[in-house]
Parts: sequence; structure tokens; C-alpha cells
Amino acid sequence: METVAAVQMKNVTKRFGTVIANNQVNLELDRGEILSLLGENGSGKTTLMNMLAGIYYPDGGEIFVNGKEVSIRSPKDAYELGIGMIHQHFKLVDVFTAAENIVLGLKEAGRLDRKVIAARVREISSRYGFDIDPNQKVYDMTVSQKQTVEIVKVLYRGADILILDEPTAVLTPQETDKLFAVMRNMRDDGKALVIITHKLHEVMDVSDRVAVLRKGEYIGDVETRDTNPQKLTDMMVGHSVTLNIARPKMEKLTERIEVQHLTVKDPEGVNRLTDVSFTAYGGEILGVAGISGSGQKQLLEAIAGLQTPEAGSHILYKDSDGREHELIGRNPLDISRMGVALSFVPEDRLGMGLVGNMDLTDNMLLRSYLNGRGAFADRKAPKKLAEQVVKELEVVTPGVTTPVRKLSGGNVQKVLVGREIAMNPSVLMSAYAVRGLDINTSYTIYNLMTEQKMRGVAVIYVGEDLDVLLELCDRILVLCGGQVSGLVDGRTATKDGIGLMMTQLHGKEGKQ
Amino acid sequence: MKELISLFTSAIVFGSVILFGATGEILTEKSGNLNLGVPGIMYLGGIAGLVSAFFYEASAAHPVPFVAVLISLLCAFAAAALGGLIFSFLTISLRANQNVTGLTLTIFGSGVANFFGGSLNKLAGGVGQISVSVASSGYRAVTPLSKMGPVGELLFSYGFLAYLAVIVAIAVQLFLNRSRAGLNLRAVGENPGTADAAGIDVTKNKYLATCIGAGISGLGGLYYVMDYTKGTWANDGTIEGLGWLAVALVIFATWRSVNAIWGAYLFGLLFWVYLYIPGLARSTIELFKMLPYLVTIAVLIIVSLRNRKENQPPASLGLAYFREER
Amino acid sequence: MSTNSHEHSEPLFRISKRTGISAPKAWIIRGIALLMALVVSGLVIFAIVKLNPTKVYIAMFEGAFGTPKRSWVTIRDTMMMLCIAIGLAPAFKMRFWNIGAEGQILMGGIATAACMIYGGKAALPTPLLFALMLVTSVAAGAVWGMIPGVFKARWNTNETLFTLMMNYVAIQLTSFCVSKWENPYGSNSVGIINQLTQKGWFPAIFGQPYTLNVIIVMALTVAMFIYLKYSKHGYEIAVVGDSENTARYAGISVRKVYVRTMALSGAICGIAGFLAVSGASHTISTSTAGGRGFTAIIVAWLAKFNTFVMILISFLLIFLEKGAIEIASRYNLNDYASQIITGIILFFILGSEFFINYKVNFRRRHN
Repeated sequence: METVAAVQMKNVTKRFGTVIANNQVNLELDRGEILSLLGENGSGKTTLMNMLAGIYYPDGGEIFVNGKEVSIRSPKDAYELGIGMIHQHFKLVDVFTAAENIVLGLKEAGRLDRKVIAARVREISSRYGFDIDPNQKVYDMTVSQKQTVEIVKVLYRGADILILDEPTAVLTPQETDKLFAVMRNMRDDGKALVIITHKLHEVMDVSDRVAVLRKGEYIGDVETRDTNPQKLTDMMVGHSVTLNIARPKMEKLTERIEVQHLTVKDPEGVNRLTDVSFTAYGGEILGVAGISGSGQKQLLEAIAGLQTPEAGSHILYKDSDGREHELIGRNPLDISRMGVALSFVPEDRLGMGLVGNMDLTDNMLLRSYLNGRGAFADRKAPKKLAEQVVKELEVVTPGVTTPVRKLSGGNVQKVLVGREIAMNPSVLMSAYAVRGLDINTSYTIYNLMTEQKMRGVAVIYVGEDLDVLLELCDRILVLCGGQVSGLVDGRTATKDGIGLMMTQLHGKEGKQ
Repeated sequence: MKELISLFTSAIVFGSVILFGATGEILTEKSGNLNLGVPGIMYLGGIAGLVSAFFYEASAAHPVPFVAVLISLLCAFAAAALGGLIFSFLTISLRANQNVTGLTLTIFGSGVANFFGGSLNKLAGGVGQISVSVASSGYRAVTPLSKMGPVGELLFSYGFLAYLAVIVAIAVQLFLNRSRAGLNLRAVGENPGTADAAGIDVTKNKYLATCIGAGISGLGGLYYVMDYTKGTWANDGTIEGLGWLAVALVIFATWRSVNAIWGAYLFGLLFWVYLYIPGLARSTIELFKMLPYLVTIAVLIIVSLRNRKENQPPASLGLAYFREER
Repeated sequence: MSTNSHEHSEPLFRISKRTGISAPKAWIIRGIALLMALVVSGLVIFAIVKLNPTKVYIAMFEGAFGTPKRSWVTIRDTMMMLCIAIGLAPAFKMRFWNIGAEGQILMGGIATAACMIYGGKAALPTPLLFALMLVTSVAAGAVWGMIPGVFKARWNTNETLFTLMMNYVAIQLTSFCVSKWENPYGSNSVGIINQLTQKGWFPAIFGQPYTLNVIIVMALTVAMFIYLKYSKHGYEIAVVGDSENTARYAGISVRKVYVRTMALSGAICGIAGFLAVSGASHTISTSTAGGRGFTAIIVAWLAKFNTFVMILISFLLIFLEKGAIEIASRYNLNDYASQIITGIILFFILGSEFFINYKVNFRRRHN
């Protein structure tokens, strides 16, 4: 090992508006090692690495590469310093071949000689054990192959410091093993590697050292061989914080939604949900925990009638007379015509739940524009509703005629939640309802959820902050890789326990 | 036999006009810019060539065909490229909508061309049409090879621009597929975000492709004026129709300029074939002229049905790109 | 290494999206653009005819309003342009690029001319003839608009290129009909249809031949404004235009909205064809649409789908056209000058939108 660290970050701070994404973070990376950067969603891992890759520029602190202080203002700067980052969203041109993508934008002399390029790509591949066909088109590739192209692209440009942002999120276990093998080859070749992840078994499997971030703060680093998953979980989630969210208990619970053997595939044919079964009761908040992308989105959308589940799946709605209605095969309009008042606060607020260019009144209309007879939409009731939502939820807006895209994130969310609650739902689903909101607004949302629960509504709350889930929810369903890995009582569950379930399926390592 | 050859030669002459238009537009569209100003640009090219040749012939005591050709060629290319520059500035720098800007350019180009064309007609004697015989003869000069029987007539009886059209189409294809700059340009049209991240100057690529593409399209107008109508001008809107046919040809060729070569000649055949089918009523002839467009629609539908990635329009076609403030 | 070369990399100016701009401020920017355009056009005219531009603009005004007849022709042509723009509005609001108005107008025109010719021969009663003309022109335009709509909805076929091609199919269909209906034989034109009987011509109301045009188009203006702003369909169109995902979330059938809206868009363009044939020229030719289908796209786009703003813009463009024709005839030029001026003004207005949507921040000297 060399004496000079490949990368050294000293007191690096990054703010987005009033939110501090990274606070005085220190990090060191050596050649010939694989460093795991571990942390929950929103702990600032990706932001920190984006500052090395030239995507963001730090607000404070210093960065040293090979012992020399540097300023990295663009991805090009990063390349010139030998830093290459493989992002979660691949930056590839679909209709190009692997080789074409790899040389894109390079200022090399000479004409585009595909044979020479292919030969170089093959040389890099065989050196580290990649499996890649330089002449294959990207649109014909699996996710894993696309990732390989991204890695080779970075190596082709001479990078010796590689950052991989949650590379295994999209891979099968076999593909993950292959990736880890080439990572080890690269390490043995003297390269410095960072893998961003929140999967503990992967940390234990591939890395030499682990650095942990929590809520933007640097917690510390340990040699992998000196630690174990339990210790890492403690570092990652920290001690439980008391939030003092009120959690009254409803005595009388009624069965509302019964999900049976729900399996959903994405357009590429990959299972996003596999054989999920559970029941949601009126009068309780059912929390859904899981690493992002574990199937939460598909679960809520399937219930809302926006997904086409596989045969054999059932979603039964039980009305107050005890009759069962199958929701699968019905679109949102059919569902509401059946008399099922199903409210849904989706994750993508302005891209799905609201129309950004429309004002508050027209957004209130979205769920009710078909009400009333005749060809015209009634705007009187929505206008009243908009005014009511503005007043009751203290939405900061110039008026109800302001387009919602001009409101701040918290106010946008209040408008959306306000509308959905005004539908008098019997089921209320929300995805990441407090993401990006300040403390006060978050508490407003928690209280609204609890209020609905006490009205006998079945509330399904998909969240990412375990502290909140543990204090808000009556029961917590834990998803891992699209499967149910646990269903626990919110009053007795522990943060560690849920944290482990999120990464491991039924006590075993959860490899999707 | 003789008739067949004359059908093919007229098809090739017709095809060469739209081949220039389509090749230029392919280059433009590969950068992600959908320039619906092709008819206007062809008008600009045509009128600039005509006017420059006219003034050269009027000012020189003994006009030389070669000089007349050179001057008008450069002027046509420059004027058309200027049209492309207006489009680029509005859509790339000022982020105006591409469709609307292109259509405006068509109105503008057709206005400029017909205004000056019509005025020149009056200037040139009031009654007749102007004629730039020297320049036109330069454009229509053929080698003795054209006298070599049917084959000579079929292959060698055209002015040099008809051959240039083929050369440019092949050159554009080679540039796009075989050069690094071409690869980068295509990346801009497919996925400007990715191109930007790879260090490619998106704005520069779009400007260059659009302006040079417009220049090439403009040569179609020049060929029409100098060769097809033998150096005269008529305010009859033909160039506009040919311009839209060039846009159709881009789709027909599925954005490959080499395909556009035979596509252009096929369009020419479809356009003239009625002359060689005996006993057609005039009304039926009009239906025959519909063929190029119907064929293009069919291609458009088949392409979207088969959904093969290679045949699709560039993925970011018609969309403005700007890197949001980071 | 690149450490130092990037120290001073803040660009000369930075462009940021405006969060909002007050309506008056936006109109001031547009007004400035229009003024600059008029100055530039004035310079162009001066360069050509060496004439004081203000005199030119006075002459233009006389061209458009010099006599009552001229005023009425100006109004008639404004109504025509407005009618097409109204037809395009719902499609554009849905973010569907209907470049095919030209063809949809011609189809409506063909249907109207057919009714006039055959209905005139069959001596249909006038009310029935008018009903027939209206229904067939609406149907013809609607079908022509729906075809690309169906393919877009079903297979996502590029609508810009599809509608563009449909124009030329319609033009050839028109040529076909012209040669079928040609009168007198060999003239290659249809001539004035029912010149003696005036069957199927719009009747003069209050002594003016174009009153009915104004009534129809004004009614459409109001109706389309209400349809887009207050109807359930209008709401669906707006949601689909903003985000297909949100539309699905709200239970809107995106495909249905595409097809229905394109049928409507084509139908109104068909009515424009009806107006052009029955209410203005009383004949049909390939120039019945005359490029107005394209110009109206710009009208609809600039008016941001507000049909009342379209009145203003249509009027401005027609005014320029009539004025330029007047200048051309006075100074022995040709009337394509109007297209040049129209082009220049549109370039400026298109460019001005940038300054309404974006703010240009120049680098401060000492930062």
C-alpha cells in the first residue's frame, strides 16, 4: 500500500437550500482497496461521491487526489484526475453499440476504427474478467451488461479511482457475484474502489473497509474483518430517536384490503413483487418499510389500479357490509365507480398526483371532474375545497389560482394530501409522504394520517425513516427485494430488527 | 426502351432536387433538430443562386460559366445556411419551439424567394422571365459520355449537381457512421444528456449540423432553378411542394442518407410514371401523384409498428435541450 | 491537470428559468418584440423601395381598411385564419402536433364543393343543402384528423410527420376532384360553382356577404374557449397534455382523449374548408387552404390556446398581408413582401418568448 491516499476528503460540506446533505465529512480512500460507503436512504452517500465525480461542487472543505488539492468542477475534470463514477441511472445511448458508447466524446486522433476500439475493449475486459461484446447494441443488453459497459467506459478513459453507486440494486445474485469478482480483480490491479450500498451482506462480502454515513454526518470507518452486520446496523441506523408522535389505539379493527399472492412484473419482465400477501385493517396505520425500490411503488400502484399484476394475484376490497370486491383488472375510474373510496398520495407528486401547470382549484378537480351531470366540470365545490385545504393545512400560496408547480415542496404535498383526504376515503395510501418536508409539515402529515386512522380508515404508509415508522404505525410490513420479509407490531418492534429484515429475507441473506 | 430511359432520367433529375433537401435534413435531424423550414431553405438556396448569377451575368462583359457556377453555388449554400442559422439561434439559443420556428422559416424563405424572383422577372424586361443562361449552361454541361447510347444517356446525361447530390448523401452517411465527430453528433440527437456528460458540446454540434444541413438542403433549390427549370424563375410554389417531399423522404429513408438516394429516384419514378402509362385520365394522374406521400405514411406506420430501434427517429428529435442549473 | 484552469469558470451570463412573470410584463416584452420587428421590417422595405417606412405603414393600413370592401375582405380572411387556429387549439393543448390543418381544410372544402355541385344539380332545398354541407365537411375534416390520432394513440406513430404527409394526400385528392369537376372543360379549374343560381353560397346578411362567416367563427371562438376552459373534455385534454401519468392516475383514458380531440380538431378545420368554399371563394382548388393551415399553427401556438388572443394575432397577420399587397401594387412590387414581413415579425415574437420564460443573469464583476 502506498503512503499517499488516492482520495482524501476533509471537512466536506454540501447544502441544498436549507438542507445539509453532508456536514463536515472526512473520508480517505487508498489504492488497492474496496471501500464500502454505507448508510440509509438520504444519508448523503451519493451526494458525497457526486462531489468527487464533478456533479456537485462542495460548499466547504477540501479534496485531495494523490496528495494534491484539487477542485473538481465537471465530470470532465474528474476524468482527468482518473476518477470515474458509475451512476445508478446509466448514461448510455440506446441505439449505439457498447464500443460506440465507450468512446463517445473522446478526443482521440484518427477515424472511428471500430476494430481497434473493439480490440482495446476486449483487452480491458479480459484483464479484469468482464463479459462484454463490443458490437452489441445497448438496447439489446440486460441491465447487468449495461452496467458492464459503464464500468468499461470508465476504465477505457483511464480511471483508477472507481465509484459504484448501488451497483447491485438492479442485479441478480449471479450477476452480483460476477461484479464482485471483477471488482476484486481491479483492486488487485491497484485501483481504488468505492461501492455505495446499504446491503450488509454485500459489505461483508466484497469490501476491505466500511465507512458509515448517517443523516449527512460521518459516523466512522472500520476494517470489514473487525465488524459484523449487527455492529454495522447500529452504526447505520443509530440509536432510536424519540419523536413523540401520538399513536392512539383503535379497539375495533375491520378488514379492508386483503392482498393475496400479488406478483407484479415490470415491462422488462423482471419481478418487482413476488407473492406478496397481507391484510390492511380499517382503524390502523400499516407501515411499509424497505430499501427504496423493493417494490413499494408497485404495491401501491397495483392496489390503485395502475399496474397489471400476474395471474393468480388477488386484491380484495371488503366493504362495510362485508362483501368482497376484486380490484385487479379495474382502472382507477372503475374502482371509484364501484364505490370504493381509495385515496392515493403517490411518490411523484407533480408527475402523477398533481398537474403542475394547473392551479389549486383545478388540481382539486382531478379526482372529481366527472362528478355532476352535463358536459361541464363544476368548479365551485373544488374552489371551496381548495380554499378549505389552504386554510386548514396552512398552505402558503398567493391564492387558489396559483399553479401548483410554483409552490414549495411542502405546500405541494399539503395540497395533494388535502385533496386525497377530502375524498372521505376508506383506504388511504401514501408513498414517502414527508420526503423533503420540514419538521412542522411532517408532523402535520403524521397527524392527518392518525386522524384518518381514528375515523376507521385503513391507512397504508410507505416510509423510509424507521424512527417515524416505529412511532406512527400500528403494524409494519417489511419488504425486501419485492418479497415480504416480515410483518411486525409497531409498538414492540426494534429498529435493528427491521433494519435487518430490510436487507435479509427471513433471516437469510436477501438476495432478491 | 427510349421511353423507359426518359422516364428514368426524369426520375433522377426530379430525385436529385429532393435528395439534396433530404440529405441536409437528415444531418439536421440527427442532431435532434426537426427543421420544418426545409421548403423555405430550398427557396433561399434557389433564389440566392439565381440572383447572384443574374448580377454576375449582367455585370460581366463576357460571363464565364465556371465563375457563374462557382458564385451561385457559394451564394446558394451561404443563403440556405443563413436560414439554418436563424432557425438554430431561435430554437437552440432562445429555445423557441422547433415546429413553429421551422414553419415560420418556410413562410419567410418562400416570401423572400418569390419576392425577389418575381421582382427580377419584372427587372429583366417586364414581360418574360429572367434567364441566367450562362450559369445554367454551366450547371447543365455534360460530358461526351452522355452520347454513348442508352447507357450513356441513363448514367451521364445530368449536370454535375446530380452527381454531387449522390456524393454528398454518401459522404453524410460515412460521416455519421464512420467518424468520431459523426458518432458524437448522433449521440447529441439521441440523448443530449448523455452526450453532455461525455464532454460533447451539445450546442455547437446542433448549430453546426443545422447550418451545414440547411446549406446542403439549399443546393436542392439551386439544382431546381439552374437545371430543372434551366435558369428561370416562376412564382408557382413548386419548390415548397418539393421541400415537403424532401421531409417525407427523410422518413422514407429512415434517417439514412444512402437510402435516400434510391428513395429519391423512386419518388421521382412514382411522380412521373403516369406519363408513361397510356390512357390515363387527368384525374387519375393526380391520384398517381399521391403515391410518394402514401408510401411515406406506410413507412411511418410500419416503422412505429415494428418498433425497431434502428429505424426510429433520433430519440430527442424536436426537443430542446438545456442542462438545468445544477 | 485541470486544477487551475477552472478557477474562474463562472460564465459571462447564466440563464435561469423564471418562476413567474406578471401578465402585463409579459405583454410589454411581446410589445417590444413587435415594435422591433416593425422597425426591422421597415428597414427592409426602405432598403427595397427607398420609401419612408411610416408612409409605408400608412399605405398598409389603407390596403386593409381603405374601402368598406377591403375592410370586409380583411375581416373575412381574419375569420378564416381564426377558425383554423381554433381548430388547432385543442390538439396543441394536448401537446399533439397537428401540422395537418391544411389537409383537413381541403377535405372539408372538397365535401362542401361536392354538396354544392351535386346538391345544386339535384335542386335540393337550401336549408337541407346547408345542413348537408356542414355535416359532410365536419365529417371529412374529422376523419382526416382522426387517422393520425388513432395511430398515435395505438402505436405512438409520430404525429408531426403523419399529419404533414396527410396534407399532400389531401392536395392530390383535391387535384383529382378539380379535374373531375372541371368547368369549363380543359380549364383545369372548377370555376365559380353555381354562379347563376348561387346555390350553396352563404347568403348576405345585413347587406354584407360575409356576415355569416363572422357569426360562425365568433360562435366557435366562444364555444372553444368555454370547451377548453370549463368542460370535462377540456379538463381531460389539459391533464393529458401536462402528464400522461397523471391522466392515468385520474382514470382518464389517454387513447380515447387523443382520438376524440383529433376528431374535433379536424372537424373544425373542416368547417374552415366549408367557410372557404361556401362562404368565400365559391370554388375549390389546391390553394383553397393556401398555407393558412401552417400559419394558423403559429397563431394557435403564440396565443397559448386562448381563442380570444387568437383573434388579435390572426388580425395582425391578415392586416400585414393585406397591407403588403397594397404596397406591392402601389410600388409595382409583388405581394410576397407580406410573407417576408410576416416571417420577420413571427421570428421576433418567437424569440421574445425566451425572455418571458427565462431570466438572463449577467456575471457580476466582483463576486
